[in-house]
This record gives sequence, C-alpha cells and structure tokens, in this order.
Amino acid sequence: MKRFRRHGQESQRDRLKQELFQFSKTVEHGFPHQPSALGFSPSLQLLAIGTRSGAIKLYGAPGVEFMGLHEENAAVTQVHFLPHQVELVTLLDDNSLHMWTLRAHKGLSELLEIGRFTLTGPPGAPPSVTRVTAVLAHSSGELLLLGTEGGHVFVVEVPGFRELEERNISLDQVSSSVPDDYIGRRNLEHVEALQENPVNPNQVVIGYGRGLMVIWDLETQRAVQHIPATQQLESVWWTEDGSHILSSHSDGSYCRWSVGGEDSKDEEEKSDIPYGHFPCKAISKIVQLPTANGPPFLVFSGGMPRASYGDRHCISVIHSKTHVALDFTSRIIDFFVIRDGPQHTGDPSALVVLVEEELVVIDLQTEGWPVIQTPYLVPLHSSAITCSHHVSSIPLKLWERVIAAGELQLTHYSKKPWPITGGQNLAPDPPQRDLLLTGHEDGTVRFWDASGVCLYPMYKLSTAGVFHTDTDPNDNMNQGTEGEWPPFRKVGCFDPYSDDPRLGIQKIHLCKYSGYLIVAGTAGQILVLELNDEEAEQTVEAKVVDLLQGQEGFRWKGHTRLDVREEPVLFPPGFQPFALVQCQPPAVVTALTLHSEWKLVAFGTSHGFGLYDYQQKNNVFVKCTLNPSDQLAMEGPLSRVKSIKKSLRQSFRRIRRSRVSNSFPVGCNDALQEANARLEAELAEMELAPVQRKIEARSSDDSFTGLVRTLYFADTFLSDSSHNTPSLWAGTNGGSVFAYMLRLPPVEHRTDEPITAHPAKEIQLMHRAPVVGIVVLDGHGAPLPEPLEVAHDLSRSPDMQGSHHLLVVSEEQFKVFTLPKVSAKMKLKLTAIDGSRVRRVGVAWFGSSRSEDYGESGLVVLTNQGDVHVVSLPSVKMQVQYPCIRREDVSGIASCVFTKHGQGFYLISPSEFERFSLSTRCLVEPRCLVELPAHSASPTQHRPQPDGSSQLQSCFVSSAVLQEIQKSLEVDQT
Amino acid sequence: EQEYHRDTLLLIFEAEYRRFALKRNGPGGFQEFYHLLQTIHRIPGVDVLLGYADIHGDLLPINNDDNFHKAVSSANPLLRIIITKREDEPVVFATNSLQRRKKGLGLTGLRTTGSSSTHQKNRPGLLIGSPQDFRQISSIIDVDILPETHRRVRLHKHGTHKPLGFYIRDGVSVRVTPQGVEKVPGVFISRLVRGGLAESTGLLGVNDEILEVNGIDVAGKSLDQVTDMMVANSHNLIVTVKPANQRNNVMHRGSKMSAGNTSMRSAGSTGSAPSHDSPSPASQSNPITASNSVAEGDSEDEDEDGDLIIENDSLPPYVSHHVTNGNNSNHNKDSPSRRPDSSTMVRPLPQSVSMPNSVGASLSNSPLAMSNHNGSPTHTASSSQESMREDGNIITL
Repeated sequence: MKRFRRHGQESQRDRLKQELFQFSKTVEHGFPHQPSALGFSPSLQLLAIGTRSGAIKLYGAPGVEFMGLHEENAAVTQVHFLPHQVELVTLLDDNSLHMWTLRAHKGLSELLEIGRFTLTGPPGAPPSVTRVTAVLAHSSGELLLLGTEGGHVFVVEVPGFRELEERNISLDQVSSSVPDDYIGRRNLEHVEALQENPVNPNQVVIGYGRGLMVIWDLETQRAVQHIPATQQLESVWWTEDGSHILSSHSDGSYCRWSVGGEDSKDEEEKSDIPYGHFPCKAISKIVQLPTANGPPFLVFSGGMPRASYGDRHCISVIHSKTHVALDFTSRIIDFFVIRDGPQHTGDPSALVVLVEEELVVIDLQTEGWPVIQTPYLVPLHSSAITCSHHVSSIPLKLWERVIAAGELQLTHYSKKPWPITGGQNLAPDPPQRDLLLTGHEDGTVRFWDASGVCLYPMYKLSTAGVFHTDTDPNDNMNQGTEGEWPPFRKVGCFDPYSDDPRLGIQKIHLCKYSGYLIVAGTAGQILVLELNDEEAEQTVEAKVVDLLQGQEGFRWKGHTRLDVREEPVLFPPGFQPFALVQCQPPAVVTALTLHSEWKLVAFGTSHGFGLYDYQQKNNVFVKCTLNPSDQLAMEGPLSRVKSIKKSLRQSFRRIRRSRVSNSFPVGCNDALQEANARLEAELAEMELAPVQRKIEARSSDDSFTGLVRTLYFADTFLSDSSHNTPSLWAGTNGGSVFAYMLRLPPVEHRTDEPITAHPAKEIQLMHRAPVVGIVVLDGHGAPLPEPLEVAHDLSRSPDMQGSHHLLVVSEEQFKVFTLPKVSAKMKLKLTAIDGSRVRRVGVAWFGSSRSEDYGESGLVVLTNQGDVHVVSLPSVKMQVQYPCIRREDVSGIASCVFTKHGQGFYLISPSEFERFSLSTRCLVEPRCLVELPAHSASPTQHRPQPDGSSQLQSCFVSSAVLQEIQKSLEVDQT
Repeated sequence: EQEYHRDTLLLIFEAEYRRFALKRNGPGGFQEFYHLLQTIHRIPGVDVLLGYADIHGDLLPINNDDNFHKAVSSANPLLRIIITKREDEPVVFATNSLQRRKKGLGLTGLRTTGSSSTHQKNRPGLLIGSPQDFRQISSIIDVDILPETHRRVRLHKHGTHKPLGFYIRDGVSVRVTPQGVEKVPGVFISRLVRGGLAESTGLLGVNDEILEVNGIDVAGKSLDQVTDMMVANSHNLIVTVKPANQRNNVMHRGSKMSAGNTSMRSAGSTGSAPSHDSPSPASQSNPITASNSVAEGDSEDEDEDGDLIIENDSLPPYVSHHVTNGNNSNHNKDSPSRRPDSSTMVRPLPQSVSMPNSVGASLSNSPLAMSNHNGSPTHTASSSQESMREDGNIITL
C-alpha cells in the first residue's frame, strides 16, 4: 500500500517535471560559419545563405528566419530561388541538387527539403560530364538548366527533378554550330555561366570556360548567336533590356557585347580593364543595373592589380562619376543588388555583399553609400569572443539609456530601414528585455538585445582607451588620400586583429538596477564602470593589488601589467570607467562578482582573491590562495613554447634516468638487473603507448589548486543563527571554500569608515574537485535574490527566519551544508556515478506551463559530456537530462551561458550562438510566415500549385481512398 | 569477587608501577578505563598506548572496547597492563614479545600469567607492528558472486602517501558471444607506477581490462569519463577487472589459490593480498562493504563527512554598525594566515574544528579525540597529518 502511494507521488512528480522542463534548440544567432553560397529572391524578399557544413539559412524581415541542414555533410556551392516560387534549389559539392520549400503549417512556415537529385549521364561517361558547374533557375519556375564540367547543359523539370533529355544542349550540338576559326583552336571547356534573356525567356546565354558564349534558343533548340570572347570567362550578365551581354574575365577585364538578331559580326563593343596597366586579378562577377533617369550602376567584384592589391577583397561600384572600391576584410563569397519598386525592377537601392565573415549591406541611394546596420547575421566574432554574460529582465530605464548610448555610435550608418523585408514575423513580443554581453579579445564589450529571435547589436564598449596600447590611435583606417587609385573604402566590422592580447575581456558583471558594470581582463585588470548619458573627461584611478602577499621565491614570467593612461581621457556617453584594480601578478582574472548595494567588487585570479570597495576606491583585503609549491601557477600563462620546453625537459630527464639505471656496476644482483629491464620496458611502453590517462587522487600539490573559480556575495548567517551579516564566499580549483564576514559602516559613514572583513569559515572538500559555484539558499530553500532586487520590488524578500543553507557545486558533486554551523547535509554525486563533470552551472527559475503561478528554482548544469541537467533546489536531486552539445566541442561547452529563466546560449562556431531552452514557458524561437505575394505572380507562372504539395496531397488522397474502400467494405458486411 | 592487578607505566627513562582493582563483571568501556589510568597515574592529557599480556605471554594492544573486554576476561587473576607514551618508538606487539621485554627491562620479578613456555625461546618472534601501523591497502572482494575470470579489487588510498599509481588507455576487448567473437572498445590498465599502490597490491596488472568502477559498468564510456569516475572514487576505489593473466584467478570455495603469484612484486604487502581471498558470508549481503570489518573506520562513504571544515568562532560579535574596531581593520589587511599578531596566536581555542575524526585525532595526537566524535568514518592518522600539514596555515586562524 505504502509502495503504491509512493509510486503515485513519483508519477505526480514526473507529470510536474513535464510541465516544467522541456529541451529544445530554438534559434541560431550570429553569422553562419564558413558561408559558401548566397541566394536572393526578389519576389519573396528572402536571402539564403548556404554554408560549407551543409546548412541553408533563410532570412527576411527581422525575426523571419529559417534553417535547414542537408543530410550530406557537403558544402553548399550554389543557392537559387525558383523565380516567383517558394522553392529554392541548392547545389552541394558532392554534385547533388536539393529542392527546398517553405510550407505553411498551422499558420507558420517551415523550411522543408522536398526532393533531391543527381544528374546521371550516359552509361560509361566520365563523371565530369555530369559535374554541375552552373545552374540557371528559369523564370518559368519549371525548368532548371544545369551546365556541367563536360560542357553540356542538362534541362531538368522542377520541382520534381525530371530530366528532359530531349531538351539537353550537348557540347556536340554547340560546337557543330561554332565558327570553325574558333572551335578549331580550342576546347570549349566547362559551362561557366548560364543567363536568361530578361526580355525573352526562350533565350539563354551559355558561357564556356574558354570564353565562348552561345545564345541558345530553347524553343528551336539551336544557337542564335556566338560571342567569341578569347579570355578565360568568369561571369556573364545580360542587361535588362536584353540588348547587351557583359562578360568578365580572368585577366581583370570585362567586355560588353551587343546582342543582335543576325548571327554574324559580333564584335565586342567595349572592353575595359578597370584597374589596368599592370596585370590584374579576375573579375569574378559583374552586374549592371539601369536607373530610371541616369546612367546605370556597374558593380563587379575583384579585378584588382595583382602585384599591389592582389590581397584585397574588393567590390567596385561605378555609377556616373562615382567610383568606389569597397574594401572588405575577408574573402567575398557573392553579392546581389536589391532594386526598388513593387516588381523589384526599379532603381538599385542596396548592395548586399556576403563575405566570409559578415554580411554587409550598402545603401546605394544615400549620398556616400553608407552601410546599413544589419539587424541579424551580425558578426559576433568581429573580434574573437572571449566570454559572455546574460542579464534577464532589464529595467526599461536602463534599456533605454543603453539604446541611446548605442545610437550615438551609429551616426555613420545609413538611416534607411533594412531592405530585406520578406515574410511576417508572427512571434509574440518578447516577455522581457534580455541583454547578452559578449567580451572580446580586443577589449570591447558588446551589448546585444537577446530578447527575441534577432540578436540585435545595441551598444559597444571599448576598454582600450583606459590604457596605453601599442597602436597609435591616430593611425586609423579611414585613410582615403585624395586621388588614390583604386579608390578604396574600408567597409565591414570584422577585425580579428587585436592590438594587445592583454586587453581581452575575461569576466563581465552588470548590475541591471544600478547600471554599474565591471569587466575584468587578461592582464589582471578590473574596471568599474558607470552608465553616464553625457560624455565625460576623467582620469581612471588605478589601484595595484598584490595578491601574493609578499610570498617570496616566485617569479612571474607572464605578461606585464597594462600601462594606464594617467592623463584624463574623454569617454563618450555610455559606460564610463571610474575605477581600476590591477592585480599583481597580472594574471588573468578567473572570477568576478559585484554587489552594487554594498558597492563592493570581488575578484580572483590563479593567485588569490581580493575585495575592492569602489565607493572609497580602496582595497579591503586580499587572500592569497596560492600553494607555495605551485610553480606552474606562479610562472604565468601557459604558453605553447613553455609546454614544449617542459616536455623537452621531461624527455631529457627520462633519458638521463634510463642512463643512470644502465650504469649500475656490473655484478649487481639479478633483482636489480630485472628492475632495470623492467624500467626500460616501462619507458619503452611509455614512449609507445597511445593516449593514456593517469589515475590519481587529486592532491594539494596539483597545479592551479589556488585558482579562484567562483566568488559570491551573500547576506546570511555566518556566526550565529540570529544575526545575518554580509559575507563573501570564494571557491578554488583545489576544492576549498573560504567565507569572510564583512562589516559595512552605516550608510551615513559609508564614505569615510572602512569596511572590514574577517575570515569566518573554510571548507576543504574531501574530493578536492574545483568549486564552480556557491549559492546560499534561504529559509524556504530558494536562492538568495540578487543585490538590489528586493529593493526594486522585483523579488520576494529572502526568508531570514528559517535556517539558511550553503550549496557548494564542485565539478564532481553538489553538496548542501547547514549554516551558520557548517556541516554536510546532503549531496548529489555526479562524476562518481557517470563520469561526467560540471562545466557550467547557473540558477534558473522554471515556470509551469500548466498553472501560471507555479514555478520552481533549479540548478541548470552543463557537463563536460555536453549534457544539460536540471537539479532541484534545495533537495539537489537530478530532474532531467538532455544531450545538448557534442562532447568533443570543447569551446562550445566552455562558451555556454545560462539565463535566469532556463534558456542558454553556446557558440556553435566562432561567429554563432545556438540558443536553447530547458523551460516549457520561456521559449524564444522564430515563428514566421512567408507567402508568395499576389502581385508577383508573373504571367509565366501557370502552375496552380507547387508539385511538392500536390504530391503530398495525392498521398493523402490515396489514403483517403483506401479508407473509403474500407468503409464501403464494412458497409457491405453489415 | 574482584581481582587486583598491577599495571605498569613505562616512561622514557623511568618506570612506575601501580596496582589497583577493577570489577570484572562491569569493567565499563575502553574510554573509561583509559581515563581511569590517566587519573591513577596523574598523567591527564598524555597520550599513551595500552598493551596487556595474554595467557600465552604475548603483548597485545588495548585500544577499543572489544580488546579491552577480552583483556579483562583473560585476567587470571592478575592482568598486566603496560602503558607506553605514544611518542615513543612504536611498541612492537609481538608473539613472545613479553619474554624479550622482560629480559631487556629486567622485569623478571613479575609473575607472568599463563607461564612462559620454554620452547618459544629459540624461535624468533614474528614482529607485528602496532595497530595504527597497519592499514589495509587492498582487498579482493565479492569473489563468490563474480565470475572466476573477473576480479574485484578495492584500493584503499587512505592513509598512504603512495599514489594509486596506474594509467588506463583505450583498447579493444574481445568478447565471446553465441554469434562468435566480437570486438568492442574497452578500457585497459596501460601502466603501473613502480612503488604505487596498484602495483604493490599485485592485484592489478598491465592490460587488465576495466569492467566496472565502484559498481558502475564502464561499457560505452569514454576514456576520459572512466578516468574522471576513478578519480572521483579515488578515496575508495573498487575496480572490477578482467585480468590479462588469468592464471592467478581466485578459485571458488575450497580450492586453493594457484601457486606462484608472479605478479606480486612488493614484498611488503604481498601478505595482505591473499589474506582476504576466502569469501566471507557477509559479502553476499553487502558486496561493497564485505571486507570492511577489517578496515579501520573505513566505509564506502568515507568522504561523506570527509570535508575539512574550519570555523572561526572567535568572530567579532555581531555589532550593528556602530563600533568599528580599529585594531581589527588593521590586521585585516594582512593575510590571515601570516598574521604576526599575538592576538591570533592566543585564540586557537575558541575556534572549533570539525573534520574527519582522525584529523582531530592527529591534531591532539591522541586516540582519545576519536571518541569525542560520532562514530563517523575516519582516515588513518598519516593522511590526516598530511592534510593538516598542507592546510597548516589556516589552523592559526
């Protein structure tokens, strides 16, 4: 009976778990890693990016995004939307073609792969015959023309991928009609380009690698005209009026050819090498677009003089007298131009360029062609991300001030709205304002609006101005001397080069109530910043804090401290630094926390931790946690050079040892010889052995045991159970926890009376695993609220009646201790049971999906196996477990941050965050609808509906028919 | 009704004899007796070791209730108790030791109980260290429930300075299935460190396949996972292996161990390995703790309360913001561990230390301390000394 009841309780708990927890990966933020193809549908106003890992991503208006992944792990080499359709075709580098569609389902569109196809040539033909090099999605929306390496053009009916063999344009057909003087000398090579005549859908131009272009009539299946270019062909563009064809070539030239009715005398009308004189690189793509009243826009990529600017990644835009060579910081993948007008046939309005590391959109209608700020696809990694910090539910006031500060930084951007507008964003407004802060290698902190699907850049803070760095601030990129040729203009924000690696941001903490921000970096610097709406010129007071406490015999071999500017520095509106702590030795800051109510900052490195009072700008105390025998922690950051040196030293030592063992006097007893033999065998084995792992209990002599992993402020009971006091807790890599009781002077004397700290407690965890989290739970078992949270009426005050508990999270265990007398109460072992270790931990609140007012706090945990767990509080019981990140993806696991509402972010590439959710209630995912605009239905579109859905329908019909038959049979029986 | 005994107190350079009576039917516990002795000899606070002479003339220890009762019951009618100061060179409890001691100390006048047998004189006594010098370093457990081809080995890291001393690697395990031979990934011991615990037990060998760690199957786990599991369990590591060398397998009930245990290299500890071979009935009921009775204070969950917790009870009393002790603020700037102030030196008393019992024991270097704590598991003295040494700076808090 008892057992039965317990079972009932368990199932009730299981049901509750289902109402609270649910795992899903919701959206990818940032810029796709290694993009390899770009596509655009003017009618849908959607942009498509394919990547080298086989992903296909569609973007429209902000919030409208879709993602698909090819099963094949092959790079996407081309993306083509079917004109006036909701389908698109991708070509992978394994030569397979894939048909994708946006299908509406329950009022929302989803991206689905509906077909795949690989060209099959005649039996026995070499693979090059069917190796696709050029794709043309015909404006009819029914045909796909596939040019191949063998020089053939295959015609395929889409979206069903039915080969129309009778319409194929074989190389023989073409070469038979080519003038003898051309064909006689050359092999035509592969099909480089396929273009349709904008005014006559029956005509296509086939451009062959050798240079020859053939205008082919699809109806009559014969060549209409031959264009005998002699340079290696790179791309072909048919002007909008159909009267000219532009060809670009590998020698940096482009040619204009007139398209005449007659099949004779095709002289190039105009040929130009824009950056000429000296040998130039190829022009890989050329586009010319007319304007309603004025000269056309000519846009081409490449063509730079090989010797002097061969390494630049440029797109040249020429319009009337204006000529600019847009100079990108990474390789150009592709570009397209967006045009005005209801049919998107008007003046060019924006140039969209996909480069390897970012998407840049240039406003072509505003003087000076400024860049339009992208609402998505922002390169998170414009400087490498070194850390991230998430703050939920930002108060409106702070939000607006950050936005205002950010807008002042956007003055050089275009005021035009985002030009890609496809689809409707149907997602509800985000329930709260969330900030994601990323720290970067160049010393910047970027603020992102992480409330919704679009990770929108809000504000960028640079800390480099506080310090003297190697670079001269006057040596900026905006050179542009008059009359320079080519007329370069730097665009894009991807800048992977850091002036000084010591500037790198390692830890960030923002108090959303007070607007205080602390950031800590690689060279032991901790900056305290305050949000100021006005610009200010001020000196930043630096305080050097010696964490070694005079321990002798150590020599820091790492980098030096950053050199602080002593003169006042002008800081723009936004977060302005007013205090600086510099740790000595200047090791990387490994733990940081802020208590804005007490105006205290705690910081830790591999040597110890300290408490800084930013009200009095004074360090309160320092605790050295360094184990005196830990030379490794002393010497500084582990450099590659050093580790090589170390391994060399070790191997020398090994050799020496084996020599010593050999040099024992002869006549030693057998046992010794045996021992020697064994030692040698061991050594040999050690050298030859594959990966092996040492099994050893951790000891206090291990390296970096003193590294401070976590710091925590709590107002709790340290000395007796009747008086709560402010306290600081620190956890180290060696499994130690230190607690200090803090005494703050009364508010009226806060500025003049010193703050004191007394060591109160010390816990050495038996298992010595690194302490990664410390939380104090109140009398109800709920985590203590954040500083100022209660004061802002945003949280229930903590329960100070019941006894508090201390939760120590190590990499191996979750352990609850009583307070004020510390004794172990309960624990949950993780590593001993399944071999996984805690990498990241956070406290989150989970709301029930069923009842509005029920919710629970829990620990969200990410392990080194890439699994996420939820552990209940205060009972530390495992609730749910989901696989999240591949265990090999170490940087992904290291980059993970949790939100306070059960979501999380981790880097899936240097430039992309994956967002996931463990909560049933708090879920941010794209919800959008894309429909074919009615007015874009062109006369050439005769099919009532795409094949894909009709196929599905037929499927459905057949099952309905079956049911019908069954039913009729049943009727017969009765 | 009652018997009188002489007990002996031996100090380094002096000897003192006392004789007193004790009720045989209600001798009380060891601790009471210990205190009694300290009172009688006026040596409160001095750590001593107790030994008694049994009927065979062997010097045996008294350090717990059981052997105390045993000693009392063996009094015939006199019980000789020898008290030694703990700092002395370890008393060697040994068979026949009393005779030699008698000679050496010239205590011939004492009448020994259970007369000395002359035949023992010529045989050199087998030297046995005092109990605190014994520690179990390994055992084979669950022999009766495991297949003969497997061996479950328990390594007691505690109380030894020796490293566990082995390495593991990935490898291929061959399983015989009804379908034929199947190769699956497995984890193997790749190397034994010389002088390490693993090697000195002789129970683990290179190329032994690891099947379980503390009862958890490692199949499907990565090398790193198995490593982390072993490290996490290193205080009380139980590994189930399939020895590469199957010749030394333990035979089930009745059958003797096959001769020639070649893998035993370390003379010092070979004895301990086979000594637990005989399956105990208890192992069926509780496999993990089967061999536990011998292990001194060692339990599977010994890390349960193993954390060392130091609380500073001498915190300045809670004061609401009015008083600021200038003195305090001064030395707060110093690292607490290096404070030269005498104030810190004179207040070690108010601070309470709760820690594994043996740590407490070694603090005062007395077995007495043990009894003050609940009967929770302990490590042995040597490890705790080590841990105190390494954390030595904080004791002066």
